[in-house]
Amino acid sequence: MEWSDEGIVLGVRRHGETSAIIELMTHGHGRHLGMVRGGAGSRLRPVLQPGNTVSAVWRARLDEHLGVYAVEGLELRAAHLMALPHALYGLGHLAGLTRLLPERDPHAALYDTLAAMLSRLDDAREAAVRMVRFELAMLGELGFGLDLSRCAASGATDDLIYVSPKSGCAVSREAGAPWRERLLRLPPFLRAPVKAGDVSDDDLIDGFALTGLFLSRHVLEPRGLAHDDARRAFMTVVTHRRGHSGPPMQNGPEQGSGPLQDFPRGADQ
Amino acid sequence: MAGATAGPEIERLIQLLARLPGLGPRSARRAALHLIKKREALMAPLAAALQTAIDKVEVCKVCGSIDTQNPCTVCADARRDRAVIVVVADVADLWALERAHATNGLYHVLGGTLSPLDGVGPQDLAIGALVSRAHGPEVKEIILALNATVDGQTTAHYITDLLHEANVKVTRLAHGVPVGGELDYLDEGTLAAAIRQRTLF
Repeated sequence: MEWSDEGIVLGVRRHGETSAIIELMTHGHGRHLGMVRGGAGSRLRPVLQPGNTVSAVWRARLDEHLGVYAVEGLELRAAHLMALPHALYGLGHLAGLTRLLPERDPHAALYDTLAAMLSRLDDAREAAVRMVRFELAMLGELGFGLDLSRCAASGATDDLIYVSPKSGCAVSREAGAPWRERLLRLPPFLRAPVKAGDVSDDDLIDGFALTGLFLSRHVLEPRGLAHDDARRAFMTVVTHRRGHSGPPMQNGPEQGSGPLQDFPRGADQ
Repeated sequence: MAGATAGPEIERLIQLLARLPGLGPRSARRAALHLIKKREALMAPLAAALQTAIDKVEVCKVCGSIDTQNPCTVCADARRDRAVIVVVADVADLWALERAHATNGLYHVLGGTLSPLDGVGPQDLAIGALVSRAHGPEVKEIILALNATVDGQTTAHYITDLLHEANVKVTRLAHGVPVGGELDYLDEGTLAAAIRQRTLF
């Protein structure tokens, strides 16, 4: 068995003294693991960092084997992203999300979205907007896509400002007025293209609350999982919602004072 | 079919040696044979040294390093600069920095780096103890000597954020061209980092 493809490194584990087992999100072969001989060496270690795009050739005797990768760096973003805290937290969250996909199941559209997202991760505000969209795309790929195109109650396509937490469908201002306390807010940047710089912190929080609820309900909870710390840290950094309420050791890292804990829980359901 | 070539005691010794880093079954067999041949000169002292290590080695209550005294040799050394704490992921990193005589400061061993994919969170590392030490009156600088990997730098950013309220300067190791490195063979990421962090010459 042999194929070659382009892939984004999601994770790396050392294997023995010199090799590594890497997890790639590939364009045509989905999330795919394989061993890289010499992957723990100084030549390949910079290439095998999460977030980098590599050209990979996978070989194995049988299709169900782990197989061996031969990789070559195509776009080495990791070194640049390391200087940016939001990018590192975002990278961790993206890798965690992508890991929810079944192994070896192709998701070419999601791969393209992920690659585009990683290429624009250096701008915090744009990264945040793209992250919400990526989470929406992720829900769609996993079969739980939200219908934000028309009002579930009236069929209207204008003035959609709510989302039903039950159905995941958009609701118009007029139809949703009686239940507005119970509906989720649909931020404007999910209804129409908006410049990332024009998106407010509140809109971002609404966006993360929206995707967070459905990801949690349909994807994470059935697997016994919760949102990862990287998501909360990313949201905290990009929305500048850092709530240092006292000296760190009065509520130390275990109790919740760093970026991994600071984001308002309401947006992280 | 060939049977066992040695008794169970020797086979057990070979099995245990094969679990050491860098040793496979074949090299473990050679090492076991070498030890047996030099029973008095090497095997007995090695066994005694192992037993002493088992009895005496403990984790330093201050920095998290390992030593036969507690606090460890570095923490107990009065000549050390107590204004500087060098944060490392592992004891091996501490030993590497000590071999290089790179700093005269104290250390803090985290016990790993944050890794969401491997399930390593802040509660699994000695981060709380570091924040506590950083609030000490004599501490002026925290040097984050963590790996230039995604996990290492995620940990560095996380710690930097936690130390926001401590009255200390937080620095990290430079990223760039290693000594003996040829530009032609360096990856693009390292080269870009080296250019970004260039210094006056």
